[in-house]
Amino acid sequence: MEAIQEVLTETKAADAIVEVSGSVALLEALIVEGVDTIFGYPGGAIMPIYDALFDYNDKLNHILVRHEQGGIHAGQGYARTSGKVGVVFATSGPGATNLVTGLADAQIDSTPLVCITGQVFAHLLGTDAFQETDVINITTPVTKWNYQVTDANEIPEVIAKAFYIAKSGRPGPVLIDITKNAQIQLFNYKGYTPCNHIRSYRPKPIVRPQYIQEAAALINEAKKPFILFGQGVILGSAEQEFKAFVEKSGIPAAWTVLGAGAIPTDHPLNVGMLGMHGNYGPNVLTNECDVLIAIGMRFDDRVTGRLDKYAKQAKVIHLDIDPAEIDKNVKSTVPVWGDCKETLPLLTALVEAKQHTEWLAKFNEYTRQEVEQVIEPELNPTSAEMTMGEVIKQLNEITKGEAVIVTDVGQHQMVACRYAKLNKTRSNVTSGGLGTMGFALPAAIGAKFGAQDRTVVAIIGDGGFQMTCQELGTIMQCGIDVKIIILNNRFLGMVRQWQELFNSRRYSFVDIQSPDFVALAAAYRIPGKCIDDRKDLPSALNEMLSNKGSFLLEVMVTKENNVFPMVPQGCSVSEIRLK
Amino acid sequence: MTQDTEKQEFNITVYTENQIGLLNRIAIIFTRRKINIDSLNTSPSEIESIHRFNIVINESEDVVRKLTRQIEKQVEVLKCYYHTNEDVIWQEMALYKVSTDVIAEKVSVERLLRENGARVVVLRKDYTVFETTGHREETDNLISILQPYGLIEFVRSARVAIIKDSDGFNRKLREFERLEPGEDVIENEYLNQGQKVFTM
Repeated sequence: MEAIQEVLTETKAADAIVEVSGSVALLEALIVEGVDTIFGYPGGAIMPIYDALFDYNDKLNHILVRHEQGGIHAGQGYARTSGKVGVVFATSGPGATNLVTGLADAQIDSTPLVCITGQVFAHLLGTDAFQETDVINITTPVTKWNYQVTDANEIPEVIAKAFYIAKSGRPGPVLIDITKNAQIQLFNYKGYTPCNHIRSYRPKPIVRPQYIQEAAALINEAKKPFILFGQGVILGSAEQEFKAFVEKSGIPAAWTVLGAGAIPTDHPLNVGMLGMHGNYGPNVLTNECDVLIAIGMRFDDRVTGRLDKYAKQAKVIHLDIDPAEIDKNVKSTVPVWGDCKETLPLLTALVEAKQHTEWLAKFNEYTRQEVEQVIEPELNPTSAEMTMGEVIKQLNEITKGEAVIVTDVGQHQMVACRYAKLNKTRSNVTSGGLGTMGFALPAAIGAKFGAQDRTVVAIIGDGGFQMTCQELGTIMQCGIDVKIIILNNRFLGMVRQWQELFNSRRYSFVDIQSPDFVALAAAYRIPGKCIDDRKDLPSALNEMLSNKGSFLLEVMVTKENNVFPMVPQGCSVSEIRLK
Repeated sequence: MTQDTEKQEFNITVYTENQIGLLNRIAIIFTRRKINIDSLNTSPSEIESIHRFNIVINESEDVVRKLTRQIEKQVEVLKCYYHTNEDVIWQEMALYKVSTDVIAEKVSVERLLRENGARVVVLRKDYTVFETTGHREETDNLISILQPYGLIEFVRSARVAIIKDSDGFNRKLREFERLEPGEDVIENEYLNQGQKVFTM
């Protein structure tokens, strides 16, 4: 089918009028925006769009999921690994409401998404029609922007705005609700122009040099400077600029869960993970540094612990593109509002080349203690049963840090984020801010579509897997190659850990029974294996990774293991526990 | 620091595009934190496509500062300001409906209304409607006075406020609109056209 854009350029000279339906205009817009993959599920109210989609098989690859939540998590995974905007289709009513969890997840983790939902005919709005819900009002709190289209003429401009808003500034999810009449309606199509300006929206500012100068001055005088970095470095595609900054200034840098991989795990100045289950050194030394440089991170409560005892002794320099994040949780001494891809080089130019050998040695001393008391027993256990950590360690040795690691939520997530070796950026896909269980399986599907030449390994717990296991059907149907590791400890591990530590081991409804996962995978025609002996681990992992196509590996791990270190809720980061 | 965390009345002024659904987007920023909105007024500004919101809440300056930044984050919000009562000139309108017999007979009521700066809006055989414009205390005072004389109905409007230190606002707004005119709002035109469409 000839693209409408081509028809237009041909007929423009003849000044002819092209009439297309709203649905076709939508799909043409997606093509111009560079979309090649759509995750979706059809339904009554979105049928005209799906009918138009039928003719676009060669240009737009539509993946039929099994639940709209799976679709939107797949869109997120795709956006995370590719850096492009994820596109999701869903129908009205329950289809749209099934997207809400994913929208909330994308909103809090700043993932660029454009979701198109069908809606009943415009004249039926507000009449409790079949599969009608007030999607706009339901999704207002969980989207960066949303809009309801009731007339086909609006479509090109609205889609242009949607993509611009989704990917610019601090990225976020956008939802466009298109009524059925607008999908069917024919209108004079004048072509599609991407949007690059909205008068009321300022995604990023012009950087003020005086703040850069103040920040550089503070850094140059600092005796114990410390860098905290988060997803902002990855979202801004500023990994090179960040690495240059870290290496020139010689400052130790620690990452939030979503910032993992922005610099390689093995980099000498990468001192570890921040947060409730982060590394010992970064947490304790936050309260000993004199200058704290926060780049692309928002001081989430999991990272800071008690705010009144967080880095009170330090001067804080906060680099962020979202002005609402600066001074939201932690008062900054020098706010550097801007796109870190622009601000970092300016800062690097003004800081002096230094090495902080003694200060860095302090981190290493804490690492040594942590290795001895926590890491060594976790990665090289002497127990009969396997630990989650040793599975990750074995995986690292085979993938050599090149794979994309997608994790679900819980103990396995913390273990995987702490111990996974990541050489490249966009290698860590996890649900950070919202902590959505069931995220990993569909997100791994999307992640693979977004990074087809990389190995994608999903690490999922027995609880989280059962939340979205229907997406095995998606894997079966589209034939995508995703490696799935289920770390089965027969418990909802993270909650059990809290019940053990804080509720006197009153295990209230955390012992979860699971089906035979390998049999379940086989029902979906996906090969699998279950192991519970350490000596089978290397060969099983090899079998999984070398299998042509998806593979599910269930690893039975020890039932009651706790993730340490831990900063208990309501405690300061200095009160981090090693056991 | 303690002043930052003490609650007082704040007037929040928001300039926005004239888009459907924006009222909700702004309101939920307050309801999300379980903050009561004491007064909310939204009306077109001196420029057709730009709307002006006036919101009154009772909170600390620390919270209000963060709220302002969250409001500005919304795509269709142009700018958001916050001021205490000292920094704005504000008025609230109120309408009182009283029985005309009472007004005709009780001369003191008539004097009372004159003293309080009330104007007559409508004079009918059975009822009279008065209007006052002023501050909360004044309107409250008048209600309590009229109550024993048989106040039939009362309504108070939202607060409108002008910022004292707003030199150049109008000029900036007009310039903004001139450089880049706003777009028309597209409403649902199909609500009464059901019979023309075949639905499935």
